Amino acid sequence: MDYQAIWLSVRLAASTTAILLTVGVPLAYWISFSRRRWKFLVEAVVALPLVLPPTVLGFYVLLAIGPHSPVGALYAKLTGGMLPFSFQGLLLASVLYSLPFTVQPVATAFAGVDRRLVEASWCLGVSRAATFRRVIAPLAAPGIATGAILSFAHTMGEFGVVLMVGGNIAGVTRTVSISIYDQVQALDYGAATETSLFLLAFSFAVLAATYALQRRVWAIWPAN
Amino acid sequence: MRSIRDFRASAILAACSLCAGCAGAPQAHTLSIAAAADLQFALEEASRSFHQAHPDTQLRVAYGSSGNFYAQIRNGAPFDLFLSADAQYPQTLAHDGLAAGAVFNYAAGRIVVWVPSASALDPATALRDPSVRHVAIANPTHAPYGRAAEAALRAMGLYDSLQAKLVLSENISQAFQFVQSGAADVGIVALSLASAPAARGQGRYWEVPAETYPKMEQCGVILKDSAAARQFRDWLTGPAGRALLVRYGFSLPGN
Repeated sequence: MDYQAIWLSVRLAASTTAILLTVGVPLAYWISFSRRRWKFLVEAVVALPLVLPPTVLGFYVLLAIGPHSPVGALYAKLTGGMLPFSFQGLLLASVLYSLPFTVQPVATAFAGVDRRLVEASWCLGVSRAATFRRVIAPLAAPGIATGAILSFAHTMGEFGVVLMVGGNIAGVTRTVSISIYDQVQALDYGAATETSLFLLAFSFAVLAATYALQRRVWAIWPAN
Repeated sequence: MRSIRDFRASAILAACSLCAGCAGAPQAHTLSIAAAADLQFALEEASRSFHQAHPDTQLRVAYGSSGNFYAQIRNGAPFDLFLSADAQYPQTLAHDGLAAGAVFNYAAGRIVVWVPSASALDPATALRDPSVRHVAIANPTHAPYGRAAEAALRAMGLYDSLQAKLVLSENISQAFQFVQSGAADVGIVALSLASAPAARGQGRYWEVPAETYPKMEQCGVILKDSAAARQFRDWLTGPAGRALLVRYGFSLPGN
């Protein structure tokens, strides 16, 4: 099994989840509580990675972070490095690709918090930040956890975007799904089976944990 | 009212064209081919020329990675003919009894160092240029062009110094795309791509000397025997097919 690739995927998934929690939770909050008319446009943009094929996203990301683009030029000026074929470039692509997997469950959870509790808190003079910390976040915790877990799992299994922008460098951009693809291509079916089984078991465990979490705290389904 | 009339008119039109379709093509045989990605441009013209010479046969070509096709064919993909970018995949298929004919050699691939037009690099010296950050090649673990590129880099004594700069693409077209987008500075790609109509004028190339890498024999094999399949194989390995392949940046097998 390609442990280097697994470790890289775990690092990528963890970093992506961390960034998505800092970016995605405020965004979800805004989507749930804002009254802007054009809110639907933001919601559509957030959901785009769900419907766009990874080839489109990967192709645009490669062009967008390349040295000829403003983003790539700015990054090169600031850091002296380049985004394509680097861990940071892959991280940027993953954050974009997994954005809806964080934002949507979190926004749904925020919208599900009883509005009267939130308004009661505001009326009692508690600041918005404190209300979020002490009322909204605890009540929406399962949704936030779901968002984090799904982003992590989605990044672990990400293939098309990485294939398009990664460049397959061992330890830098060769993630576990790329490693499996290489093994299949090289007719090394034994190794491919081994790594695939690992990924299958991992994904099942993550999803089972997510649903178990939802069932206990959210009680979406009637108890029997 | 109007829309109903429009609808009726288009329905009649559709019915007519359907009938015309049946009448126009009496017994067109469709030959389904799985072809290596480097044949993309050559086979477009080949299928036109072949169709002119044999009007009763239509070619339907799928382009992709030879390794992918190999796996698909093993699992029953319904191709009549497989044109691989190497010799090993067709030989393994024939060895395992999945072929309906002998393996034939149809061309050999050539590699070039390619830089985009906007680049200041000279393709002949680009690989030695210290300002180069990324060199794109196809993945040597499974792409024949990647293996050739790696062998050439070793033969030229550049592999150790460039190893940290190598980015590996899934196939040879993607190596081309990595350079074209500016993400990599220089790439080692197939001559058949660099000299293709779609790429001409977009960059400059320098052909890697043939003695620096093992000859990239490309072989094919018939998977489902038919007169049309044998006809196309004979055409491709005959004078017309050979001349076309040479024009599209391949060298002839065996010389």
